[in-house]
Amino acid sequence: MSEMKKIKNLKEFSTSADRFEGANLLCPGCAHSIIVREVLNATNDDLILAASTGCLEVCTAVYPYTSWDASWIHIGFENGSTAVAGAEAMYKALKRKGRLKQPDREPKFVAFGGDGASYDIGFQWISGCFERGHNMMYVVLDNEVYANTGGQRSSSTPIGASTTTAPAGRVSYGEKMHKKNMMQIMAAHGSPYVAQVAPNKWKDMVKKIQTGFATEGPVFINAMSACTTEWKFLPEDTIAISDLATDSLVFPLYEIIGGTKLNITYRPKNVIPVKDYLGAQGRFKHLFKPENKHVLDEWQARVDRDWEYLQRREEASV
Amino acid sequence: MADKMELRDVEVWDGNMAASQALRQVQIDVVAAYPITPSTPIVENYGNYLANGYIDGEFVMVESEHAAMSGCIGAAAAGGRVATATSSQGFALMVETLYQASGMRLPIILNVVNRALAAPLNVNGDHSDMYLGRDSGWIQFDAYNPQHAYDLNFIAFRVAEDHEIRLPAMVHQDGFLTSHTAQGVKTMDDDTAYNFVGEFKPMNDMLDLDHPVTHGVQTEEDWHFEHKARQHNDLMTKVFPKIEAAFDAFEKMTGRRYNIVETYKTEDADAVVVCMGTSVETAYEVADELRADGKKVGVIGIRVVRPWPHAQIAEALKGIKAIGALDRSSPNGTFGMLYNELAGTVVNSGEVKVLTNYVYGLGGRDLTKVHLREIYAELLANAEAGKPTTPLQQLIGVRGPKISFH
Repeated sequence: MSEMKKIKNLKEFSTSADRFEGANLLCPGCAHSIIVREVLNATNDDLILAASTGCLEVCTAVYPYTSWDASWIHIGFENGSTAVAGAEAMYKALKRKGRLKQPDREPKFVAFGGDGASYDIGFQWISGCFERGHNMMYVVLDNEVYANTGGQRSSSTPIGASTTTAPAGRVSYGEKMHKKNMMQIMAAHGSPYVAQVAPNKWKDMVKKIQTGFATEGPVFINAMSACTTEWKFLPEDTIAISDLATDSLVFPLYEIIGGTKLNITYRPKNVIPVKDYLGAQGRFKHLFKPENKHVLDEWQARVDRDWEYLQRREEASV
Repeated sequence: MADKMELRDVEVWDGNMAASQALRQVQIDVVAAYPITPSTPIVENYGNYLANGYIDGEFVMVESEHAAMSGCIGAAAAGGRVATATSSQGFALMVETLYQASGMRLPIILNVVNRALAAPLNVNGDHSDMYLGRDSGWIQFDAYNPQHAYDLNFIAFRVAEDHEIRLPAMVHQDGFLTSHTAQGVKTMDDDTAYNFVGEFKPMNDMLDLDHPVTHGVQTEEDWHFEHKARQHNDLMTKVFPKIEAAFDAFEKMTGRRYNIVETYKTEDADAVVVCMGTSVETAYEVADELRADGKKVGVIGIRVVRPWPHAQIAEALKGIKAIGALDRSSPNGTFGMLYNELAGTVVNSGEVKVLTNYVYGLGGRDLTKVHLREIYAELLANAEAGKPTTPLQQLIGVRGPKISFH
């Protein structure tokens, strides 16, 4: 096991990126680039990366340019996980056969996918990789919408969000379903480590990424990725919106070890009401009409219930 | 290097065993696979060689054929020798990734045991599946028997992994007819077989950590055409000479000769059938019998389906007056694939030829010598008349009223 990278302060951390260039086509204010830099900056290890089709992919590898200074592959919308699994299998085979060019180095294998590529179309491939136990990390850039195709709902879209395929209108408050709970699903695969992270809590995130890299087997990271375009907030507010998400407990930060043991890693000093988070984004604007008050109430009840559940799981320590 | 396996000079192998022995002998590094009838024994056998130490590699038993090719792509991009096998619905599920493998110029070998496509569900052999991949940028070899399934794998690896080619290749064999029928197969010892293909030489491999590479970029209207044009150009101009060279080297080593287009008694023939798979050898037998009766008939077997050997077929068709294109796939609203491909070649031949289409053998239905005798009789009548004397398209061996189209 290689030594964990020492990280002193945010300034040094944020400028140590030499493997993901600022030269990319992501929207100003997109959290994807922040998350990717935080993942890559968390380690000095060599990296073999994959991305599923999505914002990250189409904005960072437009021929003849690439934003990646680490080996990187994209195949399709659904199979970034399996691409990395294939590369990991080849690494094992060549290592055993003594054919690696740098036999003393142990690269980490990481796949990135959006919520569409992970919660929906690519779910089967991820499930397969985790069941087989590949030594890899899968990171979801969870912006709760099909952003790359212009804002359609995904199974990660939360209730009440207005999307192009679940629009709010005269008789609709938008998305009717609750967000799919991928953390529980992936933990149920028996993954040795799954964690939920947000880019604003960068120390928490780095710690979890480093834990993930130090873990043998498939690691799942669900990273909240605020989307200025589809969530409808100003580009400079990405971190402020992320703060509202974590402080309202809409996006609680926790980890599950060995499929069962749950640790909450961030407890807001002052928990803010969910409506403060919802009210800061255009996609929930219509929820503040009187006729949609029941959705706001349902939101708050759901967040309270989920937080209670997480705390009980943590207390139970199993 | 894993233990050697002692092989007799001639083994009694079915097509699946022949293909899997070839994968063992070239020392595949990674197989990612999902089982599907009738190709399943290829990867089962590979698992067996691993379990018994006759090969050292990684076997990734994935959750679908789409993932199988996805894993193969990731593994090949990482920089090693990769192969898998599939059939029918599995091939169909793979199709998206087939284009991605060839577009990324990754030399993966896919053993395709041809089988019909549902619905209705059918596990037996026809060529419907292979046509799904015919424009996917893969090189496609066709084996007529287990010996070919064995030999063509080595040739496929040698051509595909050539740094001037770097394209994936398929080796086709007929489901059950070849895959499950045991015949005598002349073998090579492990060293000879391995050395024909040689050690895998990676290019732009992701695991060369000092030289990071980006695979699978996006190109829009500014570059996409150039990428596909280069891929097409390489298929059309570079692949045939490399295949010829591999066929020559293989003949020198084993005495067994392969040709891009296999011609049989065509030199002075008036009529030929053009076909693929197991029907080629049945046609050889019927041609022999008819020749004994003084009938001037021959056979053209397609050995390389992609790239389409237009010039070689045009050469083989010189002087031939009537051609029957035998298609073993459901045309579903047009002529068969072979007919359509041949028509393009015949139009530019500068000679008047009568080209008709026979659709046969769907879902594993037999093509008998009686069928072929009838076909040849029609073709000879066409040759004499210089025009079609029968319907342009006929379905052979279907129950009920005769189905044909003018």
